[in-house]
Amino acid sequence: MKVSLSWLKNYICVDMAAAEISDELTMAGLEVDAVEQRYDYLDQIVVAKVVEVKQHPNADKLSVCKVDVGKEDLLQIVCGAPNVRQGMSVPCALVGAVLPGDMKIKKGKLRGEVSRGMLCSGSELRLASDASGIMDLKGGFVAGTPLKEAMNLTDTVFEIDLTPNRPDCLSLIGVAREIGAFTDPKQNVVLPDFSLPEDKIGNESIHEYAKVEILDPDLCPRYSAGLLFDVIVKPSPFWLQEKLESVGLTPINNVVDITNFVMLETGQPLHAFDFDEVARGKIIVRRAGGDTCFKTLDSKDHKLSSDMLMICDGDRPVALAGVMGGENSEISDTTTRVLVESAYFNPVSVRKTAKKTGIATDASHRFERGIDPEGTVNALNRAMSLMAVACDATIAKEIIDEYPKKHTSVNIDLDTNALNTRLGTDLKAGEIKEILEAVEFGAEQTDENLLKITVPSFRVDVARPEDLSEEVARLWGYNNIQTSYPQVPAKGRSLNPTIVLRKKIRQIMTGFSFFEAINYNFVNEKSCDWLNLSKTDKKRDVETILNPISDQMSVLRSSLLPGLLETMKKNISQQEDTLNFFEIGKIFYATQKGELPVEQEKVAGLITGNRCDQSWYSKKVGVDFFDLKGAVQGIFSTLMITDVQFEKTSHDDYPYLKKGESAVVKSGLSIIGTLGKIDGKVLKNYGLKQDAFVFEFDVKTIEGLLPHAVTAVSLPRFPSISRDITIIVDSSVTAGQITDQVELIAQKEKLIESVFLFDVFEGNPVAEGKKSMSFRVVYRADNKTLKEKNIKKLHTRISQSLLNEFLADLPE
Amino acid sequence: MQNNIVDIEKEAIESIAQAKSPDQLEKLSIKYLGRKGVLTKFLRDISSLPIEERPGAGKNANILKGKLEAVIKKAFLKLEEDADKGDAGVDVTLPGRPLQMGSLHPITQVAEEICDIFLRLGFDIAESPEVETDYYNFEALNIPKYHPARDMQDTFYVSENIVLRTHTSPSQPRTMEKGKPPIRIISPGKVFRCDSDITHTPMFNQVEGLMVDKNISFGDLKGILTTFIHQFFDKETSLRFRPSFFPFTEPSAEVDIRCVMCKGKGCRICSKTGWLEVLGSGMVHPAVFEKVGYDTDKYTGFAFGMGIERLAMLKFGIDDIRKFYENDIRFLGQF
Repeated sequence: MKVSLSWLKNYICVDMAAAEISDELTMAGLEVDAVEQRYDYLDQIVVAKVVEVKQHPNADKLSVCKVDVGKEDLLQIVCGAPNVRQGMSVPCALVGAVLPGDMKIKKGKLRGEVSRGMLCSGSELRLASDASGIMDLKGGFVAGTPLKEAMNLTDTVFEIDLTPNRPDCLSLIGVAREIGAFTDPKQNVVLPDFSLPEDKIGNESIHEYAKVEILDPDLCPRYSAGLLFDVIVKPSPFWLQEKLESVGLTPINNVVDITNFVMLETGQPLHAFDFDEVARGKIIVRRAGGDTCFKTLDSKDHKLSSDMLMICDGDRPVALAGVMGGENSEISDTTTRVLVESAYFNPVSVRKTAKKTGIATDASHRFERGIDPEGTVNALNRAMSLMAVACDATIAKEIIDEYPKKHTSVNIDLDTNALNTRLGTDLKAGEIKEILEAVEFGAEQTDENLLKITVPSFRVDVARPEDLSEEVARLWGYNNIQTSYPQVPAKGRSLNPTIVLRKKIRQIMTGFSFFEAINYNFVNEKSCDWLNLSKTDKKRDVETILNPISDQMSVLRSSLLPGLLETMKKNISQQEDTLNFFEIGKIFYATQKGELPVEQEKVAGLITGNRCDQSWYSKKVGVDFFDLKGAVQGIFSTLMITDVQFEKTSHDDYPYLKKGESAVVKSGLSIIGTLGKIDGKVLKNYGLKQDAFVFEFDVKTIEGLLPHAVTAVSLPRFPSISRDITIIVDSSVTAGQITDQVELIAQKEKLIESVFLFDVFEGNPVAEGKKSMSFRVVYRADNKTLKEKNIKKLHTRISQSLLNEFLADLPE
Repeated sequence: MQNNIVDIEKEAIESIAQAKSPDQLEKLSIKYLGRKGVLTKFLRDISSLPIEERPGAGKNANILKGKLEAVIKKAFLKLEEDADKGDAGVDVTLPGRPLQMGSLHPITQVAEEICDIFLRLGFDIAESPEVETDYYNFEALNIPKYHPARDMQDTFYVSENIVLRTHTSPSQPRTMEKGKPPIRIISPGKVFRCDSDITHTPMFNQVEGLMVDKNISFGDLKGILTTFIHQFFDKETSLRFRPSFFPFTEPSAEVDIRCVMCKGKGCRICSKTGWLEVLGSGMVHPAVFEKVGYDTDKYTGFAFGMGIERLAMLKFGIDDIRKFYENDIRFLGQF
């Protein structure tokens, strides 16, 4: 909301600098967003003295003038004003000036005569209404003086970003009241005259013409109305136009402008009906009921719902109550009788109507937040007084004031001790009383620490003692409240294990040279298709956003992979094609309608590009499945989760992973997640051309596998010895099967310390369909140094069991 | 025999002098001095000499043994020296084989820093769901349906009563429902608003804070938040508390800090005001306590919330919030 300082001064005496007022308003809770100097547009306008006036040789109505603008040379300016004469002081727009209406002053020729500027009328400068000739500044100004200075034109416009709890300040009077509180708490705002001018009141009573019936007092507790005759609709007087323009409103006509002016002044929205269009002189306030459509005065059609509050005449709706009037009863140039509405509508009802129709007006903005229920008549009288003058109208005798639901004033017993405890202050009841009275609260001290507070009707935000604590705090000054520190018990607490684990995973991943990505929780609605998911895949149970920003962000992710694939794509488009990313975040599955979705925390990773870039010691080597598996194994071993198995997945279960190059990761019976190469079709769906390897694990599952305690094992005292076994097996035999077989023997033979694969070979001289695999078995005893003879039998047994179990051969 | 030892010496010295590598030297050492070497054999054969020649021959052989040991040792040293002289070493300006750390997202880094400060002040971390019921996101926070305060936050809906949380504040009622005061928690997490332009992303992060106990005052709120700002920025950062409005606090306060860019002189970052809004806060509204069944006569508390992106942007001098969610590795690698 914009307010101008000069306008504010109609209601309050203030001689602070604008910057200081702005600061004080902000610190009182009325945040000033911008401070503008209203007359900045006159920057290029100076006082010019007319030195010479000659008739234009080629135009009867033009004069060629020489003017002094304080420079060495006189300027030649062509002027069309009839009143231009030698010796006159006039405003002159210099070349480069921009006049209201976006008129740029340029050097040019008018009918062959050079003109280097423009002599201006009051109306052209929006300083007066006179457009008949150039502005005669009279007075003895020095030529070249900036016009702002010469005419002492200063005004500041504050743009205030009001919080929704302060509808009382959606008015000049409200803001003035706040200014009064910090300039001089004893000073009250000077209200405009709210009485009707006797000499403008006619003989006929409104009751002979109009009747107001409120059928829905819950939604319309009060409806005041007045009637004017002999109205002449025309442009508003200059002072009124100027006021509206100063705060950014465009003048329309005198009747509408006055309703706007009074709304800005008092905060009470008003509406003017063309009374000749109000059927049978009746105003009926009721819900729309059977009426289904309505055309507002901006010529738009709206669908009505039956519970919308409407203002109706004897036949039909004429306004969306509190939101916008109808085209059917709008003020026009030919209007002569005007009914002015000044009502209080239920805030929720107005908000619902405004939301449903998609209309937001200055009126609905105020009604939604709550206007002063006691203010309708004052605003009505103020508007009618102004109209009587500006529209040459006669005011009908008496007004209508239907007030079925009277406002009851709010009284609060304020315990000043409780207030001081809440704020950390030490204010006396008397001081608190003074503070509250400065913004027109009634306060009566009933005991040493007790005040009886009466809340003014315009302060709809104050209902309980805590609300008063804010009033006191903001007016006392938040920054005058002593800073203190709460006393808290020194009690031991431990961090949530999930948070600890998450932090640990992040450490591991960054240690493994992964970069953390954070992607949006919402993904493209096509994501499930792009991942090749089957129709019955659980990941398809996505939660859909009803009002997404775009289709690309319309469902909640059921996997972290789409986000990582998008991240990969974005980076590749920036020529970054070797990437290691990880992300920790929630995924979501829809449950029953109206229930919260399931949220599961996942950690996922993606690698693509090269393990080793081209360098002086190595050729370029691309990443493969085992780079990712190595990282994954590293995660588990760092977390000391030892029992982890990798099993080949069925492509049907994880269709976004390449067939044969994916594994499900398990520990015992629990599935931790999957890893593998992204399927070629999926890459294509994402517009990707290079291979990517991904994993996605469930964080809670990992948490369940963490060891409860770590116990140190004493180091071996005797050396180990190793023996290798090489066997030729069928290609289908896996390394895991063989190590499992050795482990089986190892369970009974404690001399076997470990077994691992160190070579796999396929091709000549190994027969087709076969491969050679070499394993190393490490033996160690805890009480002696082992010799060949100690293990010979055992080693042969292991070889034999592998040969038998896997129908293997020894190499030739 | 006497000649023999002279021959041995001559031959040994010559071949040692010609040895080109430590390997050859080692072999020569074994040849002459080893267990089965020439000198050992010579000493063993002494018994076949006439008795009067034996002491002389033995002595000479032992002298030669000592001499050869010294010569070989010297030859080793010389070979090493020669090798050092001729060896150009490595080109130390060649790039090393990289071992590179990844990095944590700047949002994570700042969130962890904020949490750590409050953990040191005795707060616990309490997280709450990212998708919320209308009740926890609004109603329980004293924002009834059709309250104009709902305009302050553009909400994503997944159904009539389920929303993507618009702030981390639902953690307040959720935490209070689960326990009794004293309560001291912070709650970091993602929040969502349907707003997308140069200064807004539809998802961003907040940290919520809540402290409830007997006799907690607005002064305490100022104390805790001042401490936080001083820890997060620096001790010289001045701050001010400014009246504002949140439906779930009363009184409500915005916390502004002196602009970190211009130090209060006024610049583009602070819109020429010299101040930057960094936190929203206030004393918990009694209506919020009533919803969770806390006795409003007995307990007071304060709550606060801050945007992590905003703090990260100030801390790292980032001017476009959207950068955080583009995950450009050239950006992420800077933190």
